[in-house]
Amino acid sequence: MELVLSVSMGVLVASGVWLILRPRTFQVIIGLCLLSYGVNLFIFAMGRLVEGAAPIMPKGGFVDPDVFADPVPQALVLTAIVISFATTALFLVVIMASRGLTGTDHVDGSERKP
Amino acid sequence: MLAQTLITLLVVLPFAGALAAITMPVSARNGEVVLGCGVMLAGLIGLAALFGQVQDGGVVTRTIEWVPSLGLNLALRLDGFAWLMLLLVFGIGFLVVIYARYYLSPADPVPRFYGLLLAFSGAMVGLLVSGNILLMVVFWELTSIFSFLLIGYWHQSAGAREGARTALIVTGTGGMALLAAMILLGQVVGSYQLDDVLRAGAVVRAHAWYPWILGLFLLGAFTKSAQVPFHFWLPNAMSAPTPVSSYLHSATMVKAGVFLLVRFSPVLGGTPAWFWIVAGTGMATLMFGALIALYRNDLKGLLAYSTISHLGLITALAGIGSGGAIVAAIFHILNHAIFKASLFMAAGIIDHETGTRDMRRLSGLRRPMPRTSALAIVAAAAMGGVPLLNGFLSKEMFFAEAADWHNGTWLDNALPYMATLASVFSIAYSLRFIMTVFFGPPATDLPKEPHEPATWMRRPVELLVLFVLLVGLWPAALIGPVLHAGVVAVLGGNVPDYSLALWHGFNTPLQMSLTALALGTFLYLIAAPKLLNANEAPGLLARLSAQSMFDRVMLLLTRKWSLRLYRRFGTRHLQVQMRLAVLLVAAGAAIVLVGASRLNPRDLMQNFDASFALLWFGGAACAVGAAIQAKYHRFAALALLGGAGLATAVTFAWFSAPDLAVTQLLVEVVTTVLLLLGLRWLPKRRQEIPGDLGLQARARRTQDLVIAAVCGTGVAALAFSVMTAAPGLTIGDWFRRNAYAEGGGTNAVNVILVDFRAFDTMGEITVLGIVALTCYALLRRFRPAPESVAVPDQQTQVELPPMSAAEEASDALREAEHQPTRHDVMMAIPSVIMQWMFPVTIALSAYLFLRGHDLPGGGFAAGVAFAVALLLQYLATNVRWIEGRITILPVRWIGAGLLFAAATGLGSILFGYPFLTAHAQYVAIPLIGEVPAATALLFDMGVFAVVVGATVLILIAIAHQSLRSARLRARDEADAAAVAGQRPVAPTPPDRPAPSPADAPLATEDR
Repeated sequence: MELVLSVSMGVLVASGVWLILRPRTFQVIIGLCLLSYGVNLFIFAMGRLVEGAAPIMPKGGFVDPDVFADPVPQALVLTAIVISFATTALFLVVIMASRGLTGTDHVDGSERKP
Repeated sequence: MLAQTLITLLVVLPFAGALAAITMPVSARNGEVVLGCGVMLAGLIGLAALFGQVQDGGVVTRTIEWVPSLGLNLALRLDGFAWLMLLLVFGIGFLVVIYARYYLSPADPVPRFYGLLLAFSGAMVGLLVSGNILLMVVFWELTSIFSFLLIGYWHQSAGAREGARTALIVTGTGGMALLAAMILLGQVVGSYQLDDVLRAGAVVRAHAWYPWILGLFLLGAFTKSAQVPFHFWLPNAMSAPTPVSSYLHSATMVKAGVFLLVRFSPVLGGTPAWFWIVAGTGMATLMFGALIALYRNDLKGLLAYSTISHLGLITALAGIGSGGAIVAAIFHILNHAIFKASLFMAAGIIDHETGTRDMRRLSGLRRPMPRTSALAIVAAAAMGGVPLLNGFLSKEMFFAEAADWHNGTWLDNALPYMATLASVFSIAYSLRFIMTVFFGPPATDLPKEPHEPATWMRRPVELLVLFVLLVGLWPAALIGPVLHAGVVAVLGGNVPDYSLALWHGFNTPLQMSLTALALGTFLYLIAAPKLLNANEAPGLLARLSAQSMFDRVMLLLTRKWSLRLYRRFGTRHLQVQMRLAVLLVAAGAAIVLVGASRLNPRDLMQNFDASFALLWFGGAACAVGAAIQAKYHRFAALALLGGAGLATAVTFAWFSAPDLAVTQLLVEVVTTVLLLLGLRWLPKRRQEIPGDLGLQARARRTQDLVIAAVCGTGVAALAFSVMTAAPGLTIGDWFRRNAYAEGGGTNAVNVILVDFRAFDTMGEITVLGIVALTCYALLRRFRPAPESVAVPDQQTQVELPPMSAAEEASDALREAEHQPTRHDVMMAIPSVIMQWMFPVTIALSAYLFLRGHDLPGGGFAAGVAFAVALLLQYLATNVRWIEGRITILPVRWIGAGLLFAAATGLGSILFGYPFLTAHAQYVAIPLIGEVPAATALLFDMGVFAVVVGATVLILIAIAHQSLRSARLRARDEADAAAVAGQRPVAPTPPDRPAPSPADAPLATEDR
């Protein structure tokens, strides 16, 4: 489990990093999405992987924390998911505007001179 | 207790007045004056009420805890010295408020002026009554900022902007130094309370840091009080409106520096270093200012240098530091403020009524303006130190200190001569001011016909000049108690014997005064004819100007050096910057991880699961595929991205995070829709990019691939090591234990979001709202790329098979109403399903929301689900159809959500709990049963509304571009037709126009 998930995170991050270093705006936006998957999973994994132990607590009585998954990374990731959507949207609008204004989809706003 | 409340009010009132002032209409001149006078008068009344408590060394304090961990308290402390300074702030402030009403022209925006003026007086009051030295620095900086804004009040003039900038840079730099000094001082003393610091003089002076503290402290005080060589900002500040010069740059703000010197002289003073630096700088400034003032042709320039010179005099007294010198310094602060404020006002009247301040053009004003002339002559005589006026008295005290006080150094021995020499100059420039402006033949080339000003413009000057006379004649009766209160506050029990009498006998000071009077008159007589045509500074000083040195340093710092740095390290290429950023992050992570031996990965194949591996085999393949396809096959990349997102969502579900899985899935949907909408406006890439297969491009790609691989491997290794290590104690335990007990919900994730860390969530939804509004605003001026202007395939009409004549006739009506497009045909069945799904999705959203506190769900997920429900309708039909049926106002959703969340938070304050404290209980509802009814649920409602509003706003804003661009297209066609003068174009339906000539040039522009 841990091995598979960490390799997958590695692949997501590597694809994302490769894409954000690319010259076309659409590549960068896809890269940011992939990167955010990788990072969200990473944060989530910091709470360790537990199966079948969703953090739904019993009503009252003694609570043994070890029986439930750690809710803190989950709360962090939940907000991170929504914020990455907002970032993607903002970036998309910027690249749309930039495409219209500059006539190119190069990240520098102009084609690299050969 | 009343007194404590009063000092708080003294600080708060001007700021409140400033807020009220800026909300008034632009032309409300009289309203502003009433407000300003009200604030100043209230301040004066408050001061009068407090005098009894401070007159014999009493101190009124009030402390409000602010950041106790940093030693930063809102401590206010009023003593006699601060009281005396406050008297100037409110008293002269009162007169300036009236004066400015007549000085400003109707075209000047008065709310800004009065707002800034009142805010400045608030900052000044704060500075004077600060009982905490850090708080003092805060107000000190505020006075610099308001001074900057007031100097730049006429920001349309380059001189005003330049002067404002110079003043801010010089006094701001001094403020930094002062902050450093105060922090060091606080560290040495062990407290930032002014009272503690004032008691710890011996400790401070013996400490190894004393030279540093002294140097930094003096830098702050000298820049503020315009001491040589930092004086040049003050003459530049004369481009401010004259009421500002009169108030800030002669009576109050520039006195803050000397206030500080006098205030801290018991702590830092009394050492040789203090004497040499402070007295030396003061004497140099005194003589330099007086000398240059003689050369200035601008009235306000003369007054500015005279102010510099008088500030030097006070500084020199603080440097001498004996009891008598402190008495003289405080007395002169008062006297100078009175006569200089009135002189500035008089200069402003002259400028206002004649149109010029140039002494080479002004002459003989005593005939057209007899009253103003009389007032200005009296005030100028006080400036020169003529007997029977207030300036004379404190100057005599200064002479007495210079002559009688000794410590045996050469500077001390030279003091009386330097003082007399400076006095000679000051007599000469005062005489020049009087003789040139008011006597002589009537001026001929004035821009305006001079006459007396409005009565109320002169009243403030009259009052001040009255004080000049009264204080000069009966000092002890009029000013004695106030001065005594100030002196006692600074010197404590060691008040020297001083007498405020007019006549002390024919002693040394009087001889010095008479000598100066005689020599000054003589100097004026021989120099006057030459001065009119001379430079504005004598020989060497004209070339050795601090101003030009300052300009040169500024040029180096802000232009030359930064350009050089930019040329060496700067780049405009985003790729280079990103590469650098990624490498820096990777390197930083690597440095941290080196030697992290605790992370020992254990068994590699621990609880391996084949189906999970298969899931991520697909997920990783999708990710890699998206990376490869993103350049030329965007749609494919988008679909593959969705695949990777799905794998992520499943992973969340797999490992006990149902909330995350739900949210991820829903966000995945909206992200895909979002990017699809965006693709409409990002023209397809068809041809290969030139140079894409070149060696350089390949090398770059290989290099990036290596970087990416390193980053990926690093993250994988790190994640694996952490995941296989035991977790240890985490804060998660506390949240797990207390979610129900404290938060009243069983879903710990939701309880964290809406209760324990609700303030963070509040911040997050605010960001979300801001982002949505930004997207909306950016799109308002959106111009699509030329290639994507054309109507997309899906919106073109279907070519129907040929019909018989009868069929055509029967269809004609229907067709005119709605002609199917390709989109309609393709989506015929899905759109029915989508429309039917609307209530179902809404119900799902409500379900997710209501169960959120106890079971997976919550405001975020419910909000996105609700947004999806709306979006499906947009997809199923078209913008016009849906908006004809549902009114959606996303901006209001955002606003209402934020207000709702904030109101819930504030509600807890009503019950005496901190912001955003939640209350939880269960309510029994018939038929449904026990329902959790926590106030957190209300907060979640706000979250829900903001998420709905933001998501819908962004997506709809993009979707609307189709309509907008169709409208633009129609307009362009109409324009083209009108220009060509061809047949009138029939109004085309805006969302489905026929191809037109206007599109042709755009089509050929394809790159």
